[in-house]
Amino acid sequence: MSAEIRLSNLTLSHGRRAAVHHVSGQFAPGSLTAIVGPNGAGKSTLLRAIAGLHKPDAGDLAAPRGSIALLPQVAAVDRAFPIRCLDVVQFGHWSRAGAFRAIRTAERAMSLDALAAVGLEGFASRPVGSLSVGQFQRVLFARLLVQDAPVILLDEPFNALDTRTITDLLVLVRRWHGEGRTVIAVLHDMELVKREFPETLLLAREAIAWGPTAEALCAENRLRARMMSEAWMDEAEVCARDAA
Amino acid sequence: MSFLDLIWGPFVEFGFLRRALVGCLALSLAAPPLGVFLMLRRMSLTADVLAHGILPGIAAGFLVAGLSVTAMSIGGLVAGLVVALGAGVISRATGGREDAALAALYLVALALGVTLISTRAGSVELSHLLFGSVLGVDDPALFMMAGVASLTLVALAFAWRPLVLECFDPSFAAAAGMRGGLWHLLFLGLVVLNVLAAFQALGTLMAVGLMMLPAVAARHWSRDVGGMAYASAGIAIFSSLTGLLLSYHLDLPSGPAIVLVAGAAWVVSLVAGPVDGLLARWLKRPHLAG
Repeated sequence: MSAEIRLSNLTLSHGRRAAVHHVSGQFAPGSLTAIVGPNGAGKSTLLRAIAGLHKPDAGDLAAPRGSIALLPQVAAVDRAFPIRCLDVVQFGHWSRAGAFRAIRTAERAMSLDALAAVGLEGFASRPVGSLSVGQFQRVLFARLLVQDAPVILLDEPFNALDTRTITDLLVLVRRWHGEGRTVIAVLHDMELVKREFPETLLLAREAIAWGPTAEALCAENRLRARMMSEAWMDEAEVCARDAA
Repeated sequence: MSFLDLIWGPFVEFGFLRRALVGCLALSLAAPPLGVFLMLRRMSLTADVLAHGILPGIAAGFLVAGLSVTAMSIGGLVAGLVVALGAGVISRATGGREDAALAALYLVALALGVTLISTRAGSVELSHLLFGSVLGVDDPALFMMAGVASLTLVALAFAWRPLVLECFDPSFAAAAGMRGGLWHLLFLGLVVLNVLAAFQALGTLMAVGLMMLPAVAARHWSRDVGGMAYASAGIAIFSSLTGLLLSYHLDLPSGPAIVLVAGAAWVVSLVAGPVDGLLARWLKRPHLAG
């Protein structure tokens, strides 16, 4: 199965407000791409659209449905939910086990290995409510490991985490890249992007730049992105631009 | 009179008490686990709205066929599903801040239901519909309660994983290809059925008493959804048994007695429960204080 993700003239919106505006391009199979841009630039919306959670208003989005693993923003997950770490990781087997099939012994072992791989050995029966933000994010990364998907989408994976946790989780991201998986991450830390991500999509509703990180994040592009964001109004005019 | 006589005696002696007990035990097994999920989804209020929302439908059934379980249940089922879906629409339209609209909805439903019933019935029937009559549970009602409980337990066993995932991390669930909306609909359907079953015993005003109070209390006894579900059922069973006995010995109205015991169980859990209980919090002084 091709893990290529192709956007053609893609427009996504919340009600009348366009979040992503006429974006075209592709995430090559095996690429490691950061999506950066000002607040409200449509980064998360684009990620959710690729995951199939947001319907395009116009244009096309080709993505390998069913082989995508998503790390939602921490805020979108109920961290106080009464559930044990191991049970969270076990949800990673969903694409194979579905709603009904029992989790096999080998799959359970895989989940325990994943917990160990994120540095949470012995946490299996801990309730997630007792974890720190960093530990909780590690659990969600363990779930990604178990999912074993060719495409991995990370929505602000390192927000509010300490350096140590970020370093540990980056090891996993590099490993996924080395294994030829397509990894796309929404990020805010430009230094981290420059250091770790070969490709960057600079988004400010429109794609300001998309390519090798050093070029995409040049001063001129970043200034343009900022000016775009300052010109935004919440209720934009109905888009009159020709769709072509 | 021995203690055992106090507990077993009434049930041995009176058939209507045995029937009430069986009906309440059926409710106690199925409804509280649903209440746990409602609580975790921050939909505790929705259960109440549903219980009031079924009243116009029940009233319509009553106007057509009198106090017939079948007619009132069908009317209630239709009304309940309409309200459940309506509440969903309201929730989406208000971006999750639906409590005011839901409160409006259930006041209107309650008033409409009472008005409809009053056109035909006297105050006896009205109080029967509003407050229920555990001690007057007849065969059709008993079969319905047992049927709903069985169906709910089977459905919960099969749909446990998707229900938990939909609750915990809906974005992940949707991205992994789960049809979240479908499971949510199934869940709401189960809630409506259980509210209808509980209505037979506890009436509109307290139907969710055995669903929500044990669930809210169970929160203080386990840190795990599964544990909460078991704890909630246990608390509900205890409340049913104790409530019926209290109502017999102290001559109290039985429905409110059951709900009051469940309420007491909640207070005890809130104070003495090991998870986030007040006592546990007070006893756990900050370690620098001593």
